[in-house]
Amino acid sequence: MSGFRLADGGRIDRRTKRNFTFDGKARWGYAGDSLASALLAQGQMLFGRSFKYHRPRGILGAGVEEPNALVTVDRGPGRVTPNLRAPSVALHDGLKATSQNRFPTLKTDLIAVNNVLSAFFPAGFYNKTFMWPRAAWEKVYEPIIRRLAGLGDSPTTRDPDHYDATYAHCETLVVGAGPAGIAAALEAAANGGRVILIDEQEEIGGGALSDPAQWAWLAEASAKLAAMDNVTVLPRTTAIGHYHQNFVVAAERLTDHLSLAEAEGAREKLWRIRAGEVVLAMGAIERPLVFEGNDVPGVMLASAAKTFALRYGVAVGRKLVVMAVHDSGWRDALALHKAGVNIAAIVDLRRDVASELTEAARNARIACYQGYAVTSVSGGQAVKGVTIALAGIGKGQQLDCDAVLMAGGWTPTVHLWSHAKGTLRWEERWGAYVPDKTHENLRCVGACAGDWDFGKGLSGGLLPAPKPLHESKAFVDFQNDVKARDIGLAVQEGFRSIEHIKRYTTNGMATDQGKTSNLNGLQIASGVLHRPVTEIGLTTFRPPYTPQSFGAILGHHKEALFQPLRKTVIDDWAAAQGAVYENVAQWRRARYFPQGSEDMDAAVARECRTVRSAVGVFDASTLGKIEVVGPDAAEFLNRMYTNPWKSLEPGRCRYGLLLGEHGFIIDDGVSARLAPDRFHLTTTTGGAARVLNLMEDYLQTEWSDLDVWLTSTTEQWAVIAVQGPKARRVIEPLVEGIDLSPEAFPHMSVREGMICGVDTRLFRVSFTGELGFEVNVPAQHGRMVWEAIWAEGQKHGAAAYGTETMHVLRAEKGFIIVGQDTDGTVTPDDAGLGWAVGKKKPDFVGKRSLSRPDIVAPGRKQLVGLLTDDPQAVLEEGAQIVADPNQPVPMTMIGHVTSSYHSATLGRSIAMALVAGGRDRMGETLHIPMPDKTISAKVVAPMFYDAEGSRLNG
Amino acid sequence: MLLIHCPYCEEARPEVEFVYGGEAHIARPLDPSTYSDEQWEEFLYIRSNPRGRHHERWRHTHGCGRFFNAVRDTVTDVFETTYKAGEARK
Ligand SMILES: [Zn+2]
Repeated sequence: MSGFRLADGGRIDRRTKRNFTFDGKARWGYAGDSLASALLAQGQMLFGRSFKYHRPRGILGAGVEEPNALVTVDRGPGRVTPNLRAPSVALHDGLKATSQNRFPTLKTDLIAVNNVLSAFFPAGFYNKTFMWPRAAWEKVYEPIIRRLAGLGDSPTTRDPDHYDATYAHCETLVVGAGPAGIAAALEAAANGGRVILIDEQEEIGGGALSDPAQWAWLAEASAKLAAMDNVTVLPRTTAIGHYHQNFVVAAERLTDHLSLAEAEGAREKLWRIRAGEVVLAMGAIERPLVFEGNDVPGVMLASAAKTFALRYGVAVGRKLVVMAVHDSGWRDALALHKAGVNIAAIVDLRRDVASELTEAARNARIACYQGYAVTSVSGGQAVKGVTIALAGIGKGQQLDCDAVLMAGGWTPTVHLWSHAKGTLRWEERWGAYVPDKTHENLRCVGACAGDWDFGKGLSGGLLPAPKPLHESKAFVDFQNDVKARDIGLAVQEGFRSIEHIKRYTTNGMATDQGKTSNLNGLQIASGVLHRPVTEIGLTTFRPPYTPQSFGAILGHHKEALFQPLRKTVIDDWAAAQGAVYENVAQWRRARYFPQGSEDMDAAVARECRTVRSAVGVFDASTLGKIEVVGPDAAEFLNRMYTNPWKSLEPGRCRYGLLLGEHGFIIDDGVSARLAPDRFHLTTTTGGAARVLNLMEDYLQTEWSDLDVWLTSTTEQWAVIAVQGPKARRVIEPLVEGIDLSPEAFPHMSVREGMICGVDTRLFRVSFTGELGFEVNVPAQHGRMVWEAIWAEGQKHGAAAYGTETMHVLRAEKGFIIVGQDTDGTVTPDDAGLGWAVGKKKPDFVGKRSLSRPDIVAPGRKQLVGLLTDDPQAVLEEGAQIVADPNQPVPMTMIGHVTSSYHSATLGRSIAMALVAGGRDRMGETLHIPMPDKTISAKVVAPMFYDAEGSRLNG
Repeated sequence: MLLIHCPYCEEARPEVEFVYGGEAHIARPLDPSTYSDEQWEEFLYIRSNPRGRHHERWRHTHGCGRFFNAVRDTVTDVFETTYKAGEARK
């Protein structure tokens, strides 16, 4: 028991007690406490175990820079948040916090044996271990390391909370509500513009919260801000990143500070703020000092001890020693003394310290050791004392104490400045980088601008010590357990750039992003390399400033709102019929319609047989559709597609093949010419937007001379495919004004007329090989027409079929699906679609590429059919194909299976594949090695059914 | 998120309304058949990828739908200017 509650002082409400638990034990504090201050007040010094060595760790800081005291807060199932910093957790009734990274308990951690074996965990340990035999890594090291490492546990159940999101605009955004930020906000607000002032803490005030002399001013300023209509003050809000053009993203925590009974509504709210001017007033973070034992619980930042005493009324110990290289350490020691905290001694590496400070200290009966350094700390789970020595190397001298305060100087918080690509310059007075130039309308004020009088001091954090560096147990990065000697070792092993040293040692790579360790690491590297700090570089800060919940980033975009789900007008009907769905691009499509106890195979077999023997009805509404209109419409399509379009007569359809300029297939679809200047184009379901964009691109930027208009009509038309020998008989009674006879309405033609009393564009087309029609009707009539066709179909034994049956039927005919049988490297000739390329056309998109040397070279992968020797074996789509199954591994792969199904019609399996030189291999047997066996298959033409096409006529 | 000035809408709009369209001023030849394999390769694949001023295409996809050109600094991401398709390189 070291820390205790001071008799008075602080901003806590001593009349309101808060009950909470830590590691299952009942504890209490006051309203206004943080979890850290409440626990310190009850004498808790041990807060966690370190990442790698499981060393006991206490509190280092009083804010978001805290690297050690990470806790898990449990607010019920799915509401477990790991890695919260105890000083930033507001106390509320019923708070359940647990320490992390200990096994089995915080006090008796068995894994602390790492600490003893720490010689085996040097810098680059992980990298070096990876070099060991792979088998040993998988079986031995990884399971152990997984047990040892890790900061808390990820939640395992769904997060039941919801998260809000908003956009905001303002003339001035001020980040940080300390004295400098508040002054900037008041000044901006006086000009009348909209001002947003955000601060990560429970209340605004920043450093002033730890300085009672400023409380009256703070109350007045707060009231003034609150009274101004043009000012929004957001406490508990962290600016997590600055993005281009003063776009700042901030997360406001709405309920975590409340008890479960009080918590209502969204847990967090993500603010996306666009500001005319951004003012950063983020302050500075005190630097620890690097000496042997600087991680023993009870060794902490001087500023933290001051905050605990003056803001929370908590003394962090009964007898404190301050180790300073800086005036601010003396000032904090004097403030603590005034608040009733017992400062036994101030040790300062400097011999010369301003006399006003030394005199004040002596008046306060504080022993002063100038020119001395702490060389070690005694104590395991709590500080028992320190050894100090003149210049760090003289004869050791013991001082009793139960807490050690470090004052190593200050580091301006330039994270957001760096996000905005602002440059930094080295400021010798600070021993740190301060903001320099930016192209944004962005400025820093107060301490983060380097504009703060904290007196004088030394800038190096590594104290002189009797031990050589490579024997030292002085920590630099507390959260990642990086010691000064690890940085020395990295340099010794040849690392020179701080970016490399950082990654090799992991210094600054923990969840605190090196808020307390980066500068010390840099200075130690500089010292070992004998090169100035500015030549070693500085690692880059990236968002988020502090760890951020995924929930807030996701906001409302989850579950049904994760992305839009597009449904056709027939979707409800399919649902009522018990359809099983699959998602295709953003569309939800009926995959098959099981009846009774049918599984997918049984349902698809029945649907296929019904289409081939009678008639099937299929919702094809998701097909992409583009209306191409204008005097130059035919010329435009002629340039876009491989096929000739000018010769196509109104009333006729054509299969169109679309390439990129690289010559590879990117889309296809059947399109109809309705009039000399009007085409009804169709695209693949997933390609519609991409194709329209490509066409707009050519039209706007290359061929602006063409008079053509493109309109997306995908959503305007419902499309009902009626396919099978009885298709004509099904639609005949419903159609008006169109002669459906084969002579008047041949395959690949289009007619406009009426169906069920509404306008239709009726296509006679087939993606099944059967007599087929695609009934296009305005979407609002789609459901009615579908039901009429369905009712009529029942007289002819019709079945509704889904995308799976559609796939099987088209594969039986060898029709490709772009994106399944092609992969962006397939030319028309590769796919066996050379016939669709207009040989006489002077130009079209991609034509020039078709004569490139690698496109015309022999041995390209070509689309073929495969028939397995075992007719019941269905190949796996994506499976690799080899010519010789007995060759050693790794085998030479000559292609892969693109489509594979069981065909009920043929009573066997069928497959399509892309195979090198495939068309020259007809009749050859190839092999498909699978984990349990090798399947052999014969190469055939990709056409398994009705090769002569007689079934198109019904 | 960038703010991009659409030269057709004459307004600065957030980046989410736009889609990037690659390097600008790479005109498709009027008759690609006259191009050698090397020239065609250059047209298809070779891009300048500068550090600094970059001429690039954007489309105001979720706005007016027009393609336009921009000069953006690839180091700072600052837009120097945007201008209509067909206008001379700036
Ligand atoms: Zn626009």
